[in-house]
Amino acid sequence: MGVVHGDLMTLNIGPQHPSTHGVLRLKVKTDGEIISEVEPIIGYLHRCFEKHCENVSYEQVIPYTDRCDYIAAMNNNFGYAVTVEELMEIKVPERVEYIRVIVAELNRIASHLLALGAYGLDVGAFTPFLYMFRDRERILDLFETLCGARLLYNYIWVGGVSHDLPPGFIDAVYSFLDYFEPKIEEYNELLTYNKIFIERTGDVGVMPPEVAVSYGVTGPNLRGSGVKWDIRKNEPYSIYDKFDFDIPVGAGKMGTVGDCWDRYYVRMVEMKESVKITRQALKGIPTGDVHQALPKKIRPPQGSIYKRTESPRGDLAYYIVSDGSPIPYRLKMRSPAFTALSVLGEISQGWMMSDVLVILGSLDIVLGEIDR
Amino acid sequence: MTVDQLINWLPFGTDWPVITFLTAVIICALPVFLFIAVYALVAIYGEVKISSFMADKVGPMGQGVGFHAGKWGLLQPVADALKLILKEDIIPAAADKKLFIMAPFVVFIGAFISFAALPFGQNTIIADMNIGIFYILAVGSLSVIGIILAGWSSNNKWSLYGGMRSVAQIVSYEIPAGLSIISIIMLTGTLSMQGINEFQQGTIWGILPNWIIFNNPFSFIAFFIFFISGVAECNRTPFDIPEAESELVAGAFTEYSGMRYAFFFLSEYAEMFVVSGVSVTAFLGGWNSPISGFFNSPGWGVFWFMGKTLSLVFVMIWFRWTFPRLRVDQLMSICWKVFLPFSLLNIFGVGIWILITG
Repeated sequence: MGVVHGDLMTLNIGPQHPSTHGVLRLKVKTDGEIISEVEPIIGYLHRCFEKHCENVSYEQVIPYTDRCDYIAAMNNNFGYAVTVEELMEIKVPERVEYIRVIVAELNRIASHLLALGAYGLDVGAFTPFLYMFRDRERILDLFETLCGARLLYNYIWVGGVSHDLPPGFIDAVYSFLDYFEPKIEEYNELLTYNKIFIERTGDVGVMPPEVAVSYGVTGPNLRGSGVKWDIRKNEPYSIYDKFDFDIPVGAGKMGTVGDCWDRYYVRMVEMKESVKITRQALKGIPTGDVHQALPKKIRPPQGSIYKRTESPRGDLAYYIVSDGSPIPYRLKMRSPAFTALSVLGEISQGWMMSDVLVILGSLDIVLGEIDR
Repeated sequence: MTVDQLINWLPFGTDWPVITFLTAVIICALPVFLFIAVYALVAIYGEVKISSFMADKVGPMGQGVGFHAGKWGLLQPVADALKLILKEDIIPAAADKKLFIMAPFVVFIGAFISFAALPFGQNTIIADMNIGIFYILAVGSLSVIGIILAGWSSNNKWSLYGGMRSVAQIVSYEIPAGLSIISIIMLTGTLSMQGINEFQQGTIWGILPNWIIFNNPFSFIAFFIFFISGVAECNRTPFDIPEAESELVAGAFTEYSGMRYAFFFLSEYAEMFVVSGVSVTAFLGGWNSPISGFFNSPGWGVFWFMGKTLSLVFVMIWFRWTFPRLRVDQLMSICWKVFLPFSLLNIFGVGIWILITG
């Protein structure tokens, strides 16, 4: 008996689809349920971020960076501020560094909560999503008391931060961390170790370390493949070298190293590490003036700089060319989600229709950052 | 009162048999329709509230001044139903119009006519057929025709996927469900729903109620196989792959809106009730009281049946808000590699049990 080969069906997943995590179109060729080719089509959210930056002054770029990775706006602000400061050789006060680390790690937790919750939705579990949103809400409330905004903060400025910590903020963060740490176990019981969830994600969408490295995948996706690489440890910026924390890597606990479950679990453990960093930062925070180092006018010397930082999605870098004027000559953003999406076609071949969306969810992309 | 008694009682009796028959059918069908509608409203409200409590929310709540969703959101399902009725009826231009219109009704009819053989109480059954349980299994699978009609006629790739998956799933899960019912038939020696209920009167060793689930270890396993297969036939999570929201948008129902969609929704809830009702009748003593001789009158029989059935419906809702969804091939392998062999073994087990115990 021979095998019957039918024609392949082309199916467009998106741009309006419940689980494309934004306006993304996946052009897939399917043979029944089996996927033979996936081509991500991007650009639906292109807002000319980089071109805008060539027309506004350095401080006006910060709100634009908010809108790139809107899930982790603090980290985007942070990366940009660190880059410009290094170009201008500004030394920011100790207190500012601590505040930046606290808000960046809190935002990392919030971002991972959203990623993991939405991942639960991708595999069909609704309740974990609502649990994680409930806890993410508390972080957003903290940020609201900090800078008035809940999503797009424009908080970390070149040379400082926009507002000092409000009174009672440190205690509020402590009480949030005390509340939040046991919740991680709750998520694990509800979703991580659920038999069906492991069946759906273990051994699925395996990304071997060589593939991950050759595609330039970074962040939790790379660490899920077992590569121990974290800018906070390997190339410390700000004051990350002062803190004691581990880098979780995927170990193939529920299948092969680099499967969807590993990528998911790395994020889960990373939240614990972020809690650890935040606690240390809260303990060591000095007093001082946060506006002390804010430059009157940002006019970096001629030259260029490429500086990378670790955003929740991975290696977020800015390349800035300055011609000595108050407006950047050229600004390029290296988006971690873009490289993560580019690997999708490679790792989702031969899997089933449902798996492709599970793999896509495990890469945790944000379209605002991909399209810029 | 059964439909046969009704036919005999009607005044025009044997003179106009067709009119007598139709009158009797309409008298029986109207309450069932009303029952399904009211039960669906209650079940939707229950699902919304239960899911909210499970997800640490409060669900719909009436607030402030004016006619909101009523006290504790009690009017929310009514508002939902009204909204669905008032919605514009959209039929896609490329759809196969006749089949598209027909599909929701075929699905609904499958669920609706199953109610004819459900024994709500000692006397509360529409038709106590001598093939009752077989009848329910047979008409229960009518819905698959409706779903594939919906999937095909919508002329949409998502719908086609949903329909395709649904057919594979429902047809597969019929088999373990049917095989577990066979072990019940062997025990009770009857296909009649009331006969099965009467078999379960009394107690085992004076303590446990004489329900089939407690009768022997094999029927205990059969209950779980039947109930889980039933959940799969209702397309409920973790087996909701035909309408898998995050993958297929809404599966076979993608192109449906308004009242047509409401009919699919209604049949899903009605089917949940039928599957739970059959599980209760076949394994959990039907209208028999849990304590033998305690509140065992016909009136209380309805109470016990409804109580047990709604608890099983609650279990289905609980499943939905706890579990992720299976993948289509995993679903099939559970059916063919786990449930099917076990339910076959069950039949042998029950046979040997009957031989030993006499």
